[in-house]
Amino acid sequence: MCDQTFLVNVFGSCDKCFKQRALRPVFKKSQQLSYCSPCAEIMATDGLHENETLASLKSEAESLKGKLEEERAKLHDVELHQVAERVEALGQFVMKTRRTLKGHGNKVLCMDWCKDKRRIVSSSQDGKVIVWDSFTTNKEHAVTMPCTWVMACAYAPSGCAIACGGLDNKCSVYPLTFDKNENMAAKKKSVAMHTNYLSACSFTNSDMQILTASGDGTCALWDVESGQLLQSFHGHGADVLCLDLAPSETGNTFVSGGCDKKAMVWDMRSGQCVQAFETHESDINSVRYYPSGDAFASGSDDATCRLYDLRADREVAIYSKESIIFGASSVDFSLSGRLLFAGYNDYTINVWDVLKGSRVSILFGHENRVSTLRVSPDGTAFCSGSWDHTLRVWA
Amino acid sequence: MGVSTLQRLVEQLKLEAGVERIKVSQAAAELQQYCMQNACNEALLVGVPARSNLFWEPRSCALL
Repeated sequence: MCDQTFLVNVFGSCDKCFKQRALRPVFKKSQQLSYCSPCAEIMATDGLHENETLASLKSEAESLKGKLEEERAKLHDVELHQVAERVEALGQFVMKTRRTLKGHGNKVLCMDWCKDKRRIVSSSQDGKVIVWDSFTTNKEHAVTMPCTWVMACAYAPSGCAIACGGLDNKCSVYPLTFDKNENMAAKKKSVAMHTNYLSACSFTNSDMQILTASGDGTCALWDVESGQLLQSFHGHGADVLCLDLAPSETGNTFVSGGCDKKAMVWDMRSGQCVQAFETHESDINSVRYYPSGDAFASGSDDATCRLYDLRADREVAIYSKESIIFGASSVDFSLSGRLLFAGYNDYTINVWDVLKGSRVSILFGHENRVSTLRVSPDGTAFCSGSWDHTLRVWA
Repeated sequence: MGVSTLQRLVEQLKLEAGVERIKVSQAAAELQQYCMQNACNEALLVGVPARSNLFWEPRSCALL
């Protein structure tokens, strides 16, 4: 039936001028690129000049990368755990599951605490987003999303709304109402639109702006009221899986981690990447700022968690053990920053001494991968969500 | 990689190379100082009186 050859019209960003146009395949030294018509014509006449520029740019990039490594290495005079040798070791650590939140019909993918230190919002593969009172384990609100795999959810600072999204490529905001007659889904507001799945979202300091990360390789800042895109952040070479905003005192930056193994720190106002770190050996699933804002931790599929100091501009600690071979899906710091809680794909939660680099405790309880983990706003407990359909509050 | 992509990469690398850095010893000392200063507030380390952590309260049990 289909014996005709079709000319495929690809529409996208031209590799040369970056404008959105109809593209043609163009071959340069057996490498295929996509150029728009005007650029393809220029290339034809510009051939030789182009090749020289390409080669010199590549070597400039390589030498700059080398220089960056040199500069960072010059200041690497000691290891964090050496500095922390004189610090008193932590005593016996006992934490137990104090509450188990049951109700999701499938894998729990994400959760967030309300600023009131007791409410929790969680989202699941079953398409449901539930708001819980973690003290009583009662479900206060539930909404069914039009898509499955709701990979991201967040509580608004005011406690009056939640945001969530996933395979629908959007981030939607739902105001929380206590009126039993009102249908939560009716007041839904679509805020963000990406061209691939939503992997993470977070309100900024107010209910008015949301930061999102997506499988389309970008992060974006949106105005909730109008749905307008305020700033977009390009630079990751693959899906962005996580993000975290700097603590409010330290200014307008955030960190993101992706499948390109990079953690990138961004200036929210300019959209510029200010620092980038590429020491992980696999996807970065989770990033979290140290409470002072001077450092951040990351958890990766390479089974390690790492600490990066922003002022030294380098990795300063690795939290790993030979016996830990499964990826870390989610990390968070305790209130003082002394402890790092990390949830892993081997169903456990490891508690690390951030300064000394050693493991303080290992927590068992979940019956499948731990997918999400957050410490409560006052640091008295933390909550973990798992593929075993439950959430656990530990204290 | 196209020429524009490489040009952007070179610009980005120049920006990153220009970042002001401090020594790891100083950065590490400040991270440690923050921990120590806030350790007293850390309920999970210090332990608080049983009644003040509401999660430690058992949920109500009914004797039938």
